[in-house]
Amino acid sequence: MTIKEIFDTMDYGPAPESSAEALAWLADRGGIAGHYINGKWGALRDDFATTNPATGVKLAGVTKGTADEVALAVAAARKAQPAWAKSGHKRARVLYAIARLMQKHSRLLAVMETLDNGKPIRESRDIDVPLAIRHFYHHAGFAQLMKAELPDRAALGVCGQIIPWNFPLLMLAWKIAPALAMGNTVVLKPAEYTPLTAMIFAEICTEAGVPPGVVNIITGDGETGAALVESDVDKIAFTGSTEVGRKIREATAGSGKALSLELGGKSPYIVFEDADLDSAVEGLVDAIWFNQGQVCCAGSRLLVQEGIADKFYTKLKSRMDGLRIGDPLDKCIDVGAIVDPVQLAQITKMVDANTEGEIYQTKAPEGCFYPPTLITGLSPASTLMQEEIFGPVLVATTFRTPSEAVEIANNTRYGLAASVWSENINLALDIAPKLVAGIVWINGTNMMDAAAGFGGVRESGFGREGGWEGLAGYTKPKGTHKPLEKIEAFTTQDGHPADPLDRTAKLYIGGKQSRPDGGYSNPVFSPRGKLLGHTSVANRKDIRNAVEACNAAKGWSKTTGHLRAQILYYIAENLSARTDEFATRINNMTGKRSGADEVETAIRTLFTYAAWADKYDGQAHGVPIRGVALAMKEPVGTIGVLCDDAAPLAGLVNAMAPAIAMGNRVVLVASEPFPLAASDFYQVLETSDVPAGVVNIITGSHAQLAPTLAKHLDIDAIWSFSSTDLSAQIEKASAGNLKRTWVNNGQALSPTTKEYLTAATEVKNIWIPYGE
Amino acid sequence: MQTTQSSTLTTQQLPQLHEARNEGMPLDLDWVMAVQANTSAIERRAQTLPGRRSVKKDYQAAWLCKAVSLMDLTTLSGDDSEGRVRRLCAKARQPVSQHILEALGMEGLTTGAICVYHDMVATAVDALQGTNIPVAAVSTGFPAGLSPFHLRIAEIGDSVAAGAQEIDIVISRRHVLTGNWQALYDEMREMRAACGDAHVKAILATGELGTLRNVARASLVCMMAGADFIKTSTGKEPVNATLPVTLTMIRAIRDYQDRTGIKVGYKPAGGISKAKDALVYLSMIKDELGDRWLQPDLFRFGASSLLGDIERQLEHHVTGAYSAQWRHAIG
Repeated sequence: MTIKEIFDTMDYGPAPESSAEALAWLADRGGIAGHYINGKWGALRDDFATTNPATGVKLAGVTKGTADEVALAVAAARKAQPAWAKSGHKRARVLYAIARLMQKHSRLLAVMETLDNGKPIRESRDIDVPLAIRHFYHHAGFAQLMKAELPDRAALGVCGQIIPWNFPLLMLAWKIAPALAMGNTVVLKPAEYTPLTAMIFAEICTEAGVPPGVVNIITGDGETGAALVESDVDKIAFTGSTEVGRKIREATAGSGKALSLELGGKSPYIVFEDADLDSAVEGLVDAIWFNQGQVCCAGSRLLVQEGIADKFYTKLKSRMDGLRIGDPLDKCIDVGAIVDPVQLAQITKMVDANTEGEIYQTKAPEGCFYPPTLITGLSPASTLMQEEIFGPVLVATTFRTPSEAVEIANNTRYGLAASVWSENINLALDIAPKLVAGIVWINGTNMMDAAAGFGGVRESGFGREGGWEGLAGYTKPKGTHKPLEKIEAFTTQDGHPADPLDRTAKLYIGGKQSRPDGGYSNPVFSPRGKLLGHTSVANRKDIRNAVEACNAAKGWSKTTGHLRAQILYYIAENLSARTDEFATRINNMTGKRSGADEVETAIRTLFTYAAWADKYDGQAHGVPIRGVALAMKEPVGTIGVLCDDAAPLAGLVNAMAPAIAMGNRVVLVASEPFPLAASDFYQVLETSDVPAGVVNIITGSHAQLAPTLAKHLDIDAIWSFSSTDLSAQIEKASAGNLKRTWVNNGQALSPTTKEYLTAATEVKNIWIPYGE
Repeated sequence: MQTTQSSTLTTQQLPQLHEARNEGMPLDLDWVMAVQANTSAIERRAQTLPGRRSVKKDYQAAWLCKAVSLMDLTTLSGDDSEGRVRRLCAKARQPVSQHILEALGMEGLTTGAICVYHDMVATAVDALQGTNIPVAAVSTGFPAGLSPFHLRIAEIGDSVAAGAQEIDIVISRRHVLTGNWQALYDEMREMRAACGDAHVKAILATGELGTLRNVARASLVCMMAGADFIKTSTGKEPVNATLPVTLTMIRAIRDYQDRTGIKVGYKPAGGISKAKDALVYLSMIKDELGDRWLQPDLFRFGASSLLGDIERQLEHHVTGAYSAQWRHAIG
């Protein structure tokens, strides 16, 4: 076209970014991506190819890591770890050097990312790479501050990290930066489709003076990942699909390996009628057409208030028409290529299978591209409203009221992120805490930063990456634990009652003492063989009833910390009045003389968490926008606990007090050998204004009840301090709804107050950009 | 024969497209009050746009020529004189050196208009005789708009009588700041009437309106009252045209068109001095309003120093060598 013709049409024309330097970089290194172990390259084999999805052309051969190679890398990491953990300042210097070097190579990283992944160069250049660099700068600071600010925490050891293909470099940074900052060493496996920026990063590590073995990279596919999960690491950090996350949960169950999972999502994008509609439309471009919709936190579920829906859809369609889709290396492209034909086929299949609503699609070029798509008129029951598509496909429905918006938004197995658009601060700040999600953006979307935690709830996984809250996932409390012996109940053949007046110990469910569903009771004997009483033997239906009681007590989570503190003090007061009775009961059951001390401990514990109930504050993170990210501490929900067997009263209170102080509802399974202190405790709860259903106490066999608790899809977390060896079973069964687990792995834990508080809360980051 | 061809070319470059003129509509306060503008979101869009849109090589040259054709070449200084204005008009006729235009195949390119104070209108009209370049006059007590109302209205009439085809009026900012939309509407209506057949551009002085929400609402009220163009600034406010303000105003234009079918023009003024900035503005207009707005009847840059930078970029495009300011004729 002549300039005159362009003058008339005003087309954009091509604006290509050169791939020459990146391709030369690959050629110079033999065109093979492979392992970086102990600071050296190798093995390097052409086991399979990584291609440019936009063109289908092979970029490099990729080495498929074997279990032996994984073991070599883990051994190198293991060897390097103690020295690396010694000096936070030294680590800070190295992390800072990494950040600086990434900046120096930023264009190479951006172009390589776009070649390998198919994302627009605008995104890799302006978002992925700068955010990755920012992560290393920010965590250099955490390394520097660790000794002073986290004096009770130590590195986990060796971390196995498995990252996805949608943000190869950024996810690498999210995994490696906090691990290194806290003194861990890592073995990282980049995704099968996208190993190339990790190769550049490995070179940067060498240049930055990262000691050999501190950062190891193993390329490969799912089998390599599985070998890493099985290897001798202390933690697995995984970002990827919920399906694979579930497998990893099962595989690591009972191994003692720490686990963090950042999984899928179907994040709601809620537009109220008073929103700035044009800005909300533009937000959707960044929500669902960012990275071709291949974003775990993509705002993929549009909920629009009914009265403005038509207007909003019209604006949205017109905006979609303006999206430019094509060559990802073109600097004027909004939507690039889908990462691989396999993914393209998956998206196509899901959308083609849909028969509901109305579909609006723009055009896409031939090849591995999928057009921006909007499907309106769906209902929550539609498959596409529930299943993650992981492509540039937005599905939409309408709502009438704020509460209906929340109801539809939370009607999902996932809980990663959410967006709320409204110009009414009252409305927006009311809705944000009600959304079940780890991240909420008000009048924005897909805002991420190293200073703010990222991660979800429900089947979107657990653990946070970024911010102070992210450091918990890469540290453990200092100190070691002793193995926990199984504590057996005392038995006898012909015990006589210690107290001729029979007292009936039922179960405590929904604020009432109720008989067990099964109708069986067990005798409890003293060490000398005296019959102390009977306890109810709970079964799975009693667990079901207790969880339903927890659900009926949801209001507890919305009470003020002040109120919860008052009730905890009141429990302590009423317990204190009956100190002698409880002390005697404990002594009778255990045959020891520590009863009075244990009651005193329980009262102190109640005071401690009453104190914390209104003081465990959230944070306002300093994110680089005009605005704040509020890290709010929220209750986890319903927590099932297998209580400490050794301390019949204090063990129960240790779990109950922090849980309810933070607004959770609990199902407590009492000490199995010594259950009568727990059943005596019903009366204390009944006289202390604890609302019905907030605390439910069950007695019975830990081994029999644990699977029901662990499998229950409406329990959000399970803690086990039981002396029965149940950790593996619990963690495996928890994979069903990916509930958070905190198990003792056969160790006698003595958790700190902060550990309890952390376990009893989720951190939700609410991003509030402001400015008029 | 040659003359005919030449005039055809001129017509092509400045297409005399005829959109229905904005006759306005009754003031719809419900609509005005429902208008929202989320500053942070608007800023984010504005901030990321330059990274999302890029025009290179021939396309860039063509876009820069387009920017020239959309330029209200402006002088609004206390020391303007007849000679100064004639010099500027000569530059409007030949904004870029002939040899560069020939190399680009863009002979006959002129600026969109000349923009001057009332006293310079007659001079400008005379200097531009034989061209299609209209003369725009700033009016109504520009830039503050605080002279007696009857004088402001009279000033419009005088400028039209002197040959101005476009009148850039300033609104009373206090009506916006006090939420007196009726007063703003009435004022604008009366000014529009005083313009007669001359097109009226409403200068909102956005740098003095406090918030983007006010900018959006004032834009809408002025369009309801019949503005043919809405314009950001006088160039005399501390902050003049910005991308967030532009986005806010052109979204109001889009909403007005959606509701009434009428296309209203947009003119950012002040603060746009780099060729690169002009390209970003054009991208924003293209993406948010569409190609139809990239014509002088619906879009103008109010600028005085932008042309110089564009000339250097165009010479670079032709020669491959970076240019120098003194190689290009001043206006």
